[in-house]
Amino acid sequence: MALTDLPLRVVLYEGPGATPLATDDRFAAVRSLLEGGFGVTRSGAARPVPPVDASPLLVLGRWDGATPVTESDTRLRWGALDTATVTAQAEATRAEFGAPATGPWKPWFPVIDYDRCTNCMQCLSFCLFGVYGVDDAKRIQVQNNDNCKTNCPACSRVCPEAAIMFPKYKSGPINGDSVSDSDLNREKMKIDISALLGGDVYSMLRTRSERATSRFSKERDADKALAERQKCLTKLAALTSDIPPEVLMSLPSPDEIARRATEAAAKGRAALAAQSN
Amino acid sequence: MNPPPSGAPSIIYCHCQYAQVVPPDVKAAVLRQLCDSGLPFEAVPDLCELSARRDPSLRRLTSAGPVKIAACFPRAVKWLFAAANAPLPLDCAEVLNMRVQSADEVAAGLISPVLNPNVPLGKVTAADAPAPAPAPAS
Repeated sequence: MALTDLPLRVVLYEGPGATPLATDDRFAAVRSLLEGGFGVTRSGAARPVPPVDASPLLVLGRWDGATPVTESDTRLRWGALDTATVTAQAEATRAEFGAPATGPWKPWFPVIDYDRCTNCMQCLSFCLFGVYGVDDAKRIQVQNNDNCKTNCPACSRVCPEAAIMFPKYKSGPINGDSVSDSDLNREKMKIDISALLGGDVYSMLRTRSERATSRFSKERDADKALAERQKCLTKLAALTSDIPPEVLMSLPSPDEIARRATEAAAKGRAALAAQSN
Repeated sequence: MNPPPSGAPSIIYCHCQYAQVVPPDVKAAVLRQLCDSGLPFEAVPDLCELSARRDPSLRRLTSAGPVKIAACFPRAVKWLFAAANAPLPLDCAEVLNMRVQSADEVAAGLISPVLNPNVPLGKVTAADAPAPAPAPAS
């Protein structure tokens, strides 16, 4: 990531040379900046704050004298704090530095709990949208957040270990709440994706080290596989009531689903084969 | 900025700006009490958004040593940081959960100088976590 991709950091300065803010003003300024998508540091001596890095800085305060001035070729700007216009001040500085804007995308994407993940590749095999991939060590990882369908937690439903979280989901354990045995035993946490893949996936997983190379090698009828995947998605929607209709409606064409499913299965097969080597 | 007292935990507040999963009255009350306390703190619009972008500033947030974070579930917060290749210091990080705790509980926990580490201990370390995924195209 280039330096220009670092977000603007706004610092509320209340130390020597500046008049401390009234608490109402401090609250108003911080809340306004946060709602505008800006991170804020309220500095002081009583507790540490994260150190300066290469992020562009806008330092705002109620200065006792003139507002400090810095050379224009630095990534630091000073300003006089006005709670009514603080977000506009920050936005102008963000634009000047070319720092990234945030929002309004809802950050919806899977977060893997590697304490629980067994690297079984079911999520990779299930996802039609290429969200998952593997790293150089053939470990599952989230690679394409932006491909994830907002409000759809389907992949977390197929994870046998409840290792996939969506922190903005409404309920546990998908939202990151602790996982109980009953969660794992709950039928809705154990959507059997074997129907999608045309085989007894769970059985195969139990013996995957021996059978990894042949797991996906069976010939399958493409039409049947597609019908079964669609059936599974319908079942998911019925069981969980939380697969947004727009997600189901936005699924690719049947041919495209078949192509992506083949691709995802191949990635899963390759990753499992690599594990067994 | 003056050097901080040795060992005092830094404070991070997440506003969960891009979803309404944290009750608005709770996060407003926590932020209000934080501002009233006069303590220094770092406030971010949305930790999920920073993690999704694998924002390098997450590493800055974890680099100040002991830390208290007001956000959501500790398990989620742990892995949000790890996903951005900025693992939390598990032995000196405390996560206060604005989804389930009251505003007073969260604020009191943040303001107290006593640290109660509660991030799930597991196998994650910088070495255990998978190689960072490539940054998403902007």
